[in-house]
Amino acid sequence: MDDRRQATSAAIALNRFGLGVRADETAPADPKGWLLSQIGGAAYQPMPPAWAGEPSSSTLAAEFADRQIAIRSASDDDKQAVRKSYNEKIRDTYRAAVNARFMSALQTPTPFVERLVHFWANHFAVSVEKPPVAMLAGSYEVEAIRPHVLGRFEDMLVAAERHPAMQIFLDQARSVGPDSPAAERAAMRHPDRKPGLNENLGREIMELHTLGVRSGYAQDDVTEFARALTGWSIGAMGGRGAGGQQRTDAAAPGQFVFRANLHEPGTRSIMGRQYDQPGEQQALAILHDLAASPATAHHIADKLARHFVADTPPPALVDRLARTFTETNGDLPSVYRVLIDSPESWSPVDAKFKTPWDWTVSSMRGLGRNDLGNVQVAPLLTQLGQPVWRPGSPAGYDDIAASWAAPDALVRRVELAQRFASRVGDTIDARTLGPQLLGGSLSESTATELSRAESAPTALALLLVSPDFQRR
Amino acid sequence: MVSRRDFLWCAGVGAGAMLVAPRIAFASVASERRFVFVIQRGAADGLNIVVPYADPAYASLRGPLAIDPASATKLDGTFALHPSLVETAKMYAAGQALFVQAVASPYRDRSHFDGQNVLETGGPAPYRTKDGWLNRLVTMLPAARANAIAFAPTVPLALRGPADVTSYAPSALPQAPDDLLLRVSQLYAGDPQLHALWTSAMQARGLASDAGARQDPASLGKLAAGFLSRDDGPRIAMIETGGWDTHSAQNQRLGAQLKALDTMMASMRDGLGEHWANTTVLVATEFGRTAAANGTGGTDHGTASAAMLLGGAVQGGRVLADWPGLSASALYQGRDLRPTLGLDSLIANVASEAFSLDPAQVGRQLFAETPTTRMSTRLLRT
Repeated sequence: MDDRRQATSAAIALNRFGLGVRADETAPADPKGWLLSQIGGAAYQPMPPAWAGEPSSSTLAAEFADRQIAIRSASDDDKQAVRKSYNEKIRDTYRAAVNARFMSALQTPTPFVERLVHFWANHFAVSVEKPPVAMLAGSYEVEAIRPHVLGRFEDMLVAAERHPAMQIFLDQARSVGPDSPAAERAAMRHPDRKPGLNENLGREIMELHTLGVRSGYAQDDVTEFARALTGWSIGAMGGRGAGGQQRTDAAAPGQFVFRANLHEPGTRSIMGRQYDQPGEQQALAILHDLAASPATAHHIADKLARHFVADTPPPALVDRLARTFTETNGDLPSVYRVLIDSPESWSPVDAKFKTPWDWTVSSMRGLGRNDLGNVQVAPLLTQLGQPVWRPGSPAGYDDIAASWAAPDALVRRVELAQRFASRVGDTIDARTLGPQLLGGSLSESTATELSRAESAPTALALLLVSPDFQRR
Repeated sequence: MVSRRDFLWCAGVGAGAMLVAPRIAFASVASERRFVFVIQRGAADGLNIVVPYADPAYASLRGPLAIDPASATKLDGTFALHPSLVETAKMYAAGQALFVQAVASPYRDRSHFDGQNVLETGGPAPYRTKDGWLNRLVTMLPAARANAIAFAPTVPLALRGPADVTSYAPSALPQAPDDLLLRVSQLYAGDPQLHALWTSAMQARGLASDAGARQDPASLGKLAAGFLSRDDGPRIAMIETGGWDTHSAQNQRLGAQLKALDTMMASMRDGLGEHWANTTVLVATEFGRTAAANGTGGTDHGTASAAMLLGGAVQGGRVLADWPGLSASALYQGRDLRPTLGLDSLIANVASEAFSLDPAQVGRQLFAETPTTRMSTRLLRT
């Protein structure tokens, strides 16, 4: 049908598995070995230099708590100004974190693992519409995702669910067992106000984080899980907390805490299994079983294969990944190894259309950028239609071409490519950069158009929006 | 080469995205009907939008979340409208707003993503149908509908399908020079996927009159009205709104959501001017929320919700409901408002009336696997 290029193994390793070729990089002689060495873990940076200056969740949560108190205690005349200045602070925190994430993607020695960080952060998605989540989203990725991408799935699962960003995003922190001591006390004080369950986190853990939708659980299982999760909470961040305990809260703002007085007493029954563990252990035991479920293995395998190989992934590949996930109790490097070893992953036709994030990262890497200059990445990604950590829903961003390859989206990329290229001027020749970025497999038609361009920046812009470069 | 410019259009805004799927005839189309679908992503709480204030169980189920009927607009002896919907209430008084209560798609579980998939595809179950019902509606309209426009970063599922969809959205980025655009056309000539997308993008740009448009609700309504008002502009539109998933702080959040919706609709009405008389706007969500308040000042995922028909073409001033009641035994699975009307049927009826199509044929085309029924009353003016 078209003269779609045949990607070389080096191009596949660098672009499909990695984040795109850097202008100053030479292609690996052993593409498979290059990927395998990255998941060996020695070079991967759980806390890369780009992130080193960013505040932790405990610092950020304390700042947020200060904000709430400052707004509350401001006089009516000042309230607006105080709120505004703190809102700017939240925006700046968010933007700094997005820049750090981007810088890390530019500089990483292990681009395949860095891509996996982006994959898992989207799998366990939070969304920054809520101000405290906007404050905490960067710390969430650093603290809950980055340390576990080369570890066990269950560890990442527990870290993600306990993190204040997730606790707040999915409304867990104030969920109260209807028969818990806190509920009974509240009922005596305010019989008209009934604190109780919030099933949001429980449902999304089952539907999105582990088993996957339509995998056999029912509404009763969701409700039972929500009961088990009661008590999982965080140190108050200055807002109104459940049961009013924030006034004497021993837990630091945002810090995970198990509140026994919110926990629903009794044994829980989920998908035919009984859970009679005490307190916090009950939800941990359920998470353990969810992580080990074959449905979870299949769900994760399917998403990984879709991310790396094709919008509709080959079933044999998915089965192979799922089997390994189950056999190794969710040892993630073992699963990645199977992905790397599978022939389906090395199809010479690029089937994946880059997301706006992927495209922007690979463009800047392709231009050899090591810093951002005065570029703010967050508003740029918003213009491209994929605001960072803001998928708008707990499902995260879609991973199929139909979600990204749209007419207006293409125009935006052209506009941005033009801007990037005009800054480079004539210091880069697209005719030599093109074959390098595409691992020696630039299509003839694109090469022809590049050679016909009227200027060096135009040729560079065309390279960045070419069919060859927009797919991986 | 194409003498008639037929297209769809959609637009992206803020948290959500807006889109309009227009169809066009060549000459003056002043009398043509406009149809707009506003999707409320996240399960909008129908019970606090079209409030069943006269139901004896309502106030106790909702507790502090219950809307005080004294502050709401009474619609009839049973229902009242959320106080934030000020302009919508005026439309109701003018006979331009019709509300439908206890309505649901065929989907009966409580996943947003599956629920939205069913709502947008028109399939009987999640992921059974690949394309969207609004796209299939475009294919039913007379003459060659060569293009569709998506005014957004992405094309929502309801608009994906055989009819070409392009997109347009106001951009804050500096425009690329024409020379580069031409070269990109050349670059994509051999790539079927990108060539098709690029061609429709270039057509959409030709229609955009308001390149500096902003993305707040009022600007969005105005922008949509601008496209829909043009003789050669779109006739079908879709707008995405998000933020309806009110598990906590519901009173405040729902109030703000509804105010934004109300503002956008008023702005669209005002911008459409004389064309408002030919306009129908359907507002619908994937499912409703629990009848009772949850423990955190909000509501959890439920089943039936409310839908709205707004516009000068609507035979409004009515609430359509086969009200199931909110008593414990009446609730679906003991927790949710029970659906008594099919959203599929509502859509099939309103779409066929809007474009004078055979309702049975529209039902088969849009919802092939779920039988839709003819409603007992006309929804739109003749």
